[in-house]
Amino acid sequence: MSVHDTAEPNRRDFLYIATGAVGAVGAVSLAWPFIDQMNPDAATLALAEIDVDVSQVAEGQSITAKWRGKPVFIRQRTAREVEEAKAVDLGSLKDPIARNANLPSDADATDVNRAAEGKEQWLVMIGVCTHLGCIPLGQSGPYDGWFCPCHGSAYDTAGRIRQGPAPTNMAIPPFEFTSDTNIRIG
Amino acid sequence: MQWLDARLPLPRLMYDSFVAYPVPRNLNYAYTFGGILALFLGVQILTGIVLAMHYAANSAIAFDSVEKIMRDVNWGWMLRYMHANGASFFFIAVYVHIFRGLYYGSYKAPREILWILGVIIFLLMMATAFMGYVLPWGQMSFWGATVITGFFTAFPLIGDSIQQLLLGGFAVDNATLNRFFSLHYLLPFMIAGVVILHVWALHVAGQTNPTGVEVKSSKDTVPFTPHATIKDGFAMVVFLILFAYMIFYLPNYLGHADNYIEANPLKTPSHIVPEWYFLPFYAMLRAITFNIGPIDSKLGGVLVMFGSIIVLFFVPWLDTSRIRSTAFRPMYKIFFWILVADCIFLGWLGSKPAEGIYPALALAGTIYYFGHFLIVLPVLGLVETPRRLPGSITEAVLAKNGGGGAPVGAAAAPDTKG
Ligand code: HEM
Ligand code: FES
Repeated sequence: MSVHDTAEPNRRDFLYIATGAVGAVGAVSLAWPFIDQMNPDAATLALAEIDVDVSQVAEGQSITAKWRGKPVFIRQRTAREVEEAKAVDLGSLKDPIARNANLPSDADATDVNRAAEGKEQWLVMIGVCTHLGCIPLGQSGPYDGWFCPCHGSAYDTAGRIRQGPAPTNMAIPPFEFTSDTNIRIG
Repeated sequence: MQWLDARLPLPRLMYDSFVAYPVPRNLNYAYTFGGILALFLGVQILTGIVLAMHYAANSAIAFDSVEKIMRDVNWGWMLRYMHANGASFFFIAVYVHIFRGLYYGSYKAPREILWILGVIIFLLMMATAFMGYVLPWGQMSFWGATVITGFFTAFPLIGDSIQQLLLGGFAVDNATLNRFFSLHYLLPFMIAGVVILHVWALHVAGQTNPTGVEVKSSKDTVPFTPHATIKDGFAMVVFLILFAYMIFYLPNYLGHADNYIEANPLKTPSHIVPEWYFLPFYAMLRAITFNIGPIDSKLGGVLVMFGSIIVLFFVPWLDTSRIRSTAFRPMYKIFFWILVADCIFLGWLGSKPAEGIYPALALAGTIYYFGHFLIVLPVLGLVETPRRLPGSITEAVLAKNGGGGAPVGAAAAPDTKG
């Protein structure tokens, strides 16, 4: 490509390449703001904490709170539901990992690991189907847990995926009981 | 005109492309859908621009602004129904156009680039229609957007970040609506750009025709005007009559009642389905309910769905037959119509809930779809004995009209049904 047709690269070749490289770096760094503007901004990212009063939630009842634009199911499960979830053999689960943000990332998907710490009847989880993001219907489907009407994923009473196209258990957000009747999510 | 021509030969370009341009004399009505597509791109852009004068891309008021278009804006109801049904008719036309291409082997050399540009237009149309459907901010808008952007979470590691990049948040929200409006406005103009390339490539290679035999002499062609102009014009009028019938008598027939309920991020409608033109792809997405080795069911479904369109890019190289037109391929003709039936079947399955026998049927339909392109097309071309091809287009036309003697000049009617 150089003006002088010599086989040896000369100084001019070097200058061409150097100029091109600087130009490419410039183009890429200019492109970044145009791409990054699409990402969630700081206000959206700010991990909003919410407090939820659960004193009115009796056994067998659920409420839905909204956190980061997503629904969080808070359910006080019945004794039977807990029994059912405990009876499941871990080997038969499609996703054997707890997916609980409060536990190490390799914790097993046992019922204890899915439920609130020390309060096994309480289940707090992000009510978003792990398939493509619909909101499953509570207390329905073949496993008495949640059933997603969009593409037919069925979850059990501990929110673990049992059947259908969803790949993982529904996620447990970071949360704690700040008192017996108050949950802080986030 | 001459003054302009000497400085910018635009009048000449138009004359050469749309008046004097030679087209095969035996084109049938399947060949009129290209013109209809151009017309509908125009309809969508025109109605879209005026709708955008009244529409507000803000999640708090978007739904109400569309209701206002329907109730208050002068002629707003008609303009919106034209735009919403126009999208459906656009897709009817594009599907006929694509199957026409598959039937007459329009993708074969030397028209590969022409075909690939067509598939790109189809992809852009799907993106445009999807984002447009989000704008009225009804329940189907919201949950359709959630599910479709959810496809990207299927990719391991980077999936969640890609989805957040697309949505501008953790869930579909105002940021999403705004960017979709911006892109919905932009993409049709990009489509128009690709259409220009598509027509350019067409005019380099020339049109195919129902016999698949290339044009050999000027006796095989007629000038574009008046022959093709009148024929395309007549087809457009018939198509527009059907369009008008839909707008005035069945304006919501192709829509979903749920989309007249404002978006609610905390409640998914019990049965969500996409617009009819996406149903076959939706059925394929849901057909994969099991893990395939390291690929989990979710990624599998998404790959199959994207793959069903990607495979179209490779059709020119998958078909090994030397014969262009299916009219002369007795076995392929049968498989072609099975493919058409399979796509309709998948579309029907896509509208059903994912329960009982439906996912299994969808899986069978999906396997057949890929089997057609990956097995039938390459193998059949090698084993099939085609029928004898006519020597030229003119010979085929004359044989059909039972004549041989009478010389048929360029003035003869070109529309001998082929
Ligand atoms: C390829 C061409 C296009 C297609 C396939 C298309 C498709 C659609 C669809 C399916 C909808 C939803 C209709 C409904 O259910 O209400 C829509 C809405 C809308 N589109 Fe388009 N569109 C196209 C071009 C355009 C253009 C060029 C503009 C603007 C310049 C535009 C502006 C709008 C607006 C403002 C809405 C929201 C109002 C409404 O919902 O009716 N569109 N579009
Ligand atoms: S989103 Fe729940 S099954 Fe697809």
